[in-house]
Amino acid sequence: MASLAVADLTARAGPGPRLGSPQENGRDVMGSAALSHLRICDFTGQLAGAGATRHLAALGAEVIRIEDPARRGRWDILRGAPPFKDERRGNEFGSAFQNHNVAKLGITINMRTERGKELFSELVAISDAVTENFAAGVVARMGFGYEQLKAIRSDIIYVSNCGFGHTGPYHEFKSWGPIAQAVGGLTFTSGLAGQPPAGWGYSYMDHHGGYFMCLGILAALCHRQRTGEGQWVDMSCSEAGAALLGPAVLDYTVNGRPSRREGFPDSNRDATATMAPHGIYATAGVDNWIAIACRDDTEWASLAATIDQPWAQSAALATLAGRLEHQDPLDADLDRWTRSQDRHQLAAQLQELAIPAAAVARPGERIDEDPSSEAWGLWPLVNHAAMGEVRVDGLPVHFSQTDWVIDRAAPLLGADNDYVFGEILGLTGAEIGTLHQEGVI
Amino acid sequence: MGALQGWRVVELSADGSAFAGKLLADMGADVVVVEPPGGSPQRRYGPFLDDEPDRERSLYWWHYNTSKRSVVLDLDDAGPGGDRERFRQLVAEADVLIEAERPDRMAQLGLDYADMVGLRADLVYCSITPFGRQGPRRMEHSTDLTVLAAAGPVWSCGYDDHELPPVRGGGHQGLHTAGVWAAISVLTALLHRSHTGVGQHLDVSMHAASNVTTEMASYGWLAARKEVQRQTGRHAAPGRTDPTQVLCADGHYLNTGVPPRRPGEFLALHGWLEELGLIEEFSLAVLLEMGGQYEHIGLAEIEEDPMIGEVFGAGREAVALIASRLSARDAFVGFQQRGIPVGAVFAPEDIMADPHFQARGFPVEVDHEDLGRRFVYPGAPVLMNGSPWAISRRAPHIGEHQNEVLA
Repeated sequence: MASLAVADLTARAGPGPRLGSPQENGRDVMGSAALSHLRICDFTGQLAGAGATRHLAALGAEVIRIEDPARRGRWDILRGAPPFKDERRGNEFGSAFQNHNVAKLGITINMRTERGKELFSELVAISDAVTENFAAGVVARMGFGYEQLKAIRSDIIYVSNCGFGHTGPYHEFKSWGPIAQAVGGLTFTSGLAGQPPAGWGYSYMDHHGGYFMCLGILAALCHRQRTGEGQWVDMSCSEAGAALLGPAVLDYTVNGRPSRREGFPDSNRDATATMAPHGIYATAGVDNWIAIACRDDTEWASLAATIDQPWAQSAALATLAGRLEHQDPLDADLDRWTRSQDRHQLAAQLQELAIPAAAVARPGERIDEDPSSEAWGLWPLVNHAAMGEVRVDGLPVHFSQTDWVIDRAAPLLGADNDYVFGEILGLTGAEIGTLHQEGVI
Repeated sequence: MGALQGWRVVELSADGSAFAGKLLADMGADVVVVEPPGGSPQRRYGPFLDDEPDRERSLYWWHYNTSKRSVVLDLDDAGPGGDRERFRQLVAEADVLIEAERPDRMAQLGLDYADMVGLRADLVYCSITPFGRQGPRRMEHSTDLTVLAAAGPVWSCGYDDHELPPVRGGGHQGLHTAGVWAAISVLTALLHRSHTGVGQHLDVSMHAASNVTTEMASYGWLAARKEVQRQTGRHAAPGRTDPTQVLCADGHYLNTGVPPRRPGEFLALHGWLEELGLIEEFSLAVLLEMGGQYEHIGLAEIEEDPMIGEVFGAGREAVALIASRLSARDAFVGFQQRGIPVGAVFAPEDIMADPHFQARGFPVEVDHEDLGRRFVYPGAPVLMNGSPWAISRRAPHIGEHQNEVLA
């Protein structure tokens, strides 16, 4: 492949700003310096994949997201899907897609064409990692399995992420977040005693699929740095879920105690048997709740004094062993008491007594009214070229030297074609125009 | 060889730091966990080996402290040559410190980032706290439960019946989410340091981490001010949606995912009902055949076209009928083999016994040579073919590596 001569442009190794920076509103955009030496050739979509590379982009990596021009990027079903900011609909108005793709560059390549495959190969040659979360086998069928990628760039890091991984009897099975977290055990372990599984009210494992994908990419980069070797990281979201189950697994494998037993799970209670009361209790108003945990006898004694009713003063409840033994009536009595309380006032009152307590926050409360979210800068505002101003998820860490930056919205379809094909791959404007006309990009 | 060979991490043992330390240790970093005299509080957490409480028998400690070495240091021992001095020395020789103390404690001990950076200029110092090191709620008292309540996950989880309380998912996911973020941040900072020589302080907030791990509950509000409501076993949503969790013949549950919308799926359902001898009792079978004639059904069409709505509904009911006659695992495998994505609601023991997880090597044996026994642990969250994930040793005894680490 003669076109691989552009591999000479692998100049992102080493510190310092990017070779060229995309422009926005006529100014150079400078992101975080943390990972500014890295380039990622990104085939991800949805949340489990796109949600991984967004964090690396916020931390400064140059993430080049590739979309399909023939299907207008719709291999990511979130493009153009609700929720919508306003009455406008269409490919550029899906707020989930926009949230998961901030800080990235967006290009189009029709991978069905030979020229498209050449361009992709050129990008691989100057990238540190190739990331994707298609069903197992899709990228290999495009002609770019790990062996082919490795032939293009010997130290490439290839990270695939799907519901069940690329090997094993279920490798062809399809998955969404709810399926991965069901098979991975997290749905089962979330619920109240005597009830069916409550599960997770969202794709928890899409988020964590993304986090573990990030971890795999970064760990592979660490390995490459020491050894010079790339590798294939084969991530399975259902395995990552099972790795989040915690000590409940050992209770089975070591003690032979199955999780399928009466009274389990009861996940609002404390699984370590060191805290009681420990639960979520009703408060005044409609669907208002408070979480309370007493970590020791002293905290219970303070709470009991605040409650100031005979049942709370019972000697049987003075010790942890007693409270664990009488947890059902304790929770019922406590719930009767909290029902007359205002959840915010009660949380503040218990905090004064050094008792862990927090009102169960509604979305609007934690996003718009919680002072810690504001102080953190947790919901950065970006200006999307079609949607206008929208706030998005920030990152839950601050770096003292190279903090994350999210000041660029998700790219419109093919928004960075000129920059990537022109500045990075060195094509002329005329050549790019031809590629466009021929349906290659 | 694990991916993180060659890096030394000091973890000051705490609930908040344990998972981050485990993630790095199982990927090959040399993680030294520093316990107070008498051992880490995690050693008091159940369950215990054979239900006998003992500081060396906590399965909680075992789980979260694999691949680490342990030393005991009394950080209140502030005199010259004392343990606090030894801790400083240990950190000065390490690449990373991970701590999850109350936000003011490290400064009180003279061990905060500002104190340590003089000893080790390129140190990566990672703090994990419930609300971050700086924010207005930083001194609140909290646990995994209360942070998840304040941060959003609890609001979205629970049941259709709102008389039942919302639910905190099991397994300390608030701690896990912050722990994974700490590990991501540490590796990012180490990669940056390798290129620039610059170390830094990392301030990880549990509350922030779970806040941005709530999917549509957050971006639905941010973009459209839509408030989601919890539902049994499926996504919280602004409006009520159809159930997706069905009871199978063995009493286990199946998550039916997104109901069939492609012609091939309707035909596969029809064929499977015939195979199972259920086609006669399924009165909507003709609708499945019609479904086989449609192009892919769009979500909007289900609302707008009554006939398409009927076909879509028949697909749902066929899935539920089949599931009710099979075990959850057989239904899961059978639907998936027919191209219909569903998932069995596995309990932890189902996973460890499952042929797929076994074929990929997920259950791993760990040698407890001290007890003369080997136990099976959950394995790699990420399969790294070139630098294998591995539990290199069982969790340490209290101060087991005192001499070799502090020699």
